[in-house]
Amino acid sequence: MRASRVGAVVLRQIYLLRGSPVRLLPMVAWVAIDMVLWGFLARYLDQLTGPRANFTATLLGAVLLWDFLGRVMQGVTTAFFEDVWSRNFLNIFATPLRVSEYLAGLVTTGVGTSLLGLASMLLLATGVFGLDFLAYGAALVPFLLVLFVTGIALGIFGTSIVLRFGPASEWLIWPIPSLLSPFAGVFYPLSTLPRWMQAIGEALPPSYVFEGMRAIVAGGPAPWDKLAMASGLAAVYLALACLAFATVWRRAIRTGLIARYSAESVS
Amino acid sequence: MPDHATPSSDAVLAAAGLCKTYGRRAAVDQVSLEVRPGEVVGLVGPNGAGKTTIINMILGVLQPTAGSIKIWGFDLARARSQALAVTNFAAVYAPLPGNLSVEQNLRVFGQIYGVKRLSDRIETVIEAYDLQAQRKAKAGVLSSGEQTRVALAKAMLNSPRLLLLDEPTASIDPATARDIRARITSFARETRAGVLWTSHNMYEVAETCGRVLFLSRGKVLLEGSPEALIAHSGAANLEDLFVEVAHEHPATGEAVA
Repeated sequence: MRASRVGAVVLRQIYLLRGSPVRLLPMVAWVAIDMVLWGFLARYLDQLTGPRANFTATLLGAVLLWDFLGRVMQGVTTAFFEDVWSRNFLNIFATPLRVSEYLAGLVTTGVGTSLLGLASMLLLATGVFGLDFLAYGAALVPFLLVLFVTGIALGIFGTSIVLRFGPASEWLIWPIPSLLSPFAGVFYPLSTLPRWMQAIGEALPPSYVFEGMRAIVAGGPAPWDKLAMASGLAAVYLALACLAFATVWRRAIRTGLIARYSAESVS
Repeated sequence: MPDHATPSSDAVLAAAGLCKTYGRRAAVDQVSLEVRPGEVVGLVGPNGAGKTTIINMILGVLQPTAGSIKIWGFDLARARSQALAVTNFAAVYAPLPGNLSVEQNLRVFGQIYGVKRLSDRIETVIEAYDLQAQRKAKAGVLSSGEQTRVALAKAMLNSPRLLLLDEPTASIDPATARDIRARITSFARETRAGVLWTSHNMYEVAETCGRVLFLSRGKVLLEGSPEALIAHSGAANLEDLFVEVAHEHPATGEAVA
């Protein structure tokens, strides 16, 4: 893998972001709206129930972490969509760029844009609503790591779907975080769910993050063993997502879809 | 410029037994072709003859059903990245991203191709293709002729060993087209690069190409120098020969090719 080629994919995204502030706005605007909405809701619930329940830490903290996962995923997929929207596949794939280098460029872009979103969320959540992000202690590191890797895996998997089914399948990608959130127990313990939903939730690495977060807020220790398992699970999903992309890419080369992508299919 | 350090073949491009089938229909059927160093080879034929399919296979964006492609000794199927590092292309249907400026596009693609001393090289190609006035403009706002010149500038960035040009002068005025033809033929002569050139302009092909392959229905029907083909067929010129061949072997008119 050549860093300069990965850098070229990132450079293209930097040029686009620099040239169009409209691209920067959604990275901070939507998460800021979420922080404001859920921040006031948490404050109201704290007023109703007293500080013991600590809705700011459980509710607002959960929204922040879940939004972070969504930002990571969208950072990866949006970087890919830029090539879809500008019909750039032929130019970009008829070069020495390897699939791994292309994916690494998308992921690096996702890292940068999601960190921007995280910073703006933290600024609002801590500055306006008094969320103490450091109260999660050292567990914060695996929390963010698991969400980060899962977000990247979802992003790469999403790009595989769009590459396979064409530009119109974009709409399948955007709601993926919303689709997963009921199963991941973002706002409630997994035990609240019926057994079949719990089984799905247990297969989702973010579930362990939110269970751990609630355990810490309740005064318990961080579930390190489960967080380690969640990290391993996230790594497996990332590998599977990369495999899915490589498989779809090879198929697109075999069928000629890459060269005629705007047609959505070659049949 | 990239490090062109490990050549291992006399031909810049050696394609053997290329086939591409879609279901039961053959878009390209047993095509073999070579482009030697310093040679400009024309690939001509009616719409749907298989020219773009062949170009796409050589560019590694379409896998042949059968056959092999070697670019400067690198087997495309096994050493894709190395083969494509010494290749470049310009095609009328593949404009560079319109939301980046000319200079930004050249920088991004130059970095992908591993061009050394990239800033200097960008200046060289911008000057060569007369793009000084457009360098800061978004590629999407340029005229079609200017966009073609940008695509050609990109194609020259890595000083390719193999240059694929799919109707490169289709949107260009005659004076600029003549200038570009001269530039590309001298590029091939001076750098010993091979050029595979598709065009529907038979005067351009006759002027530029040392050897021509006539394709129809995915097969090579005729091959030779423009002069030899004209003399052998008895046609008045290459365009008449083209029309004659196209009438004798009409294309299927189907979408692929």
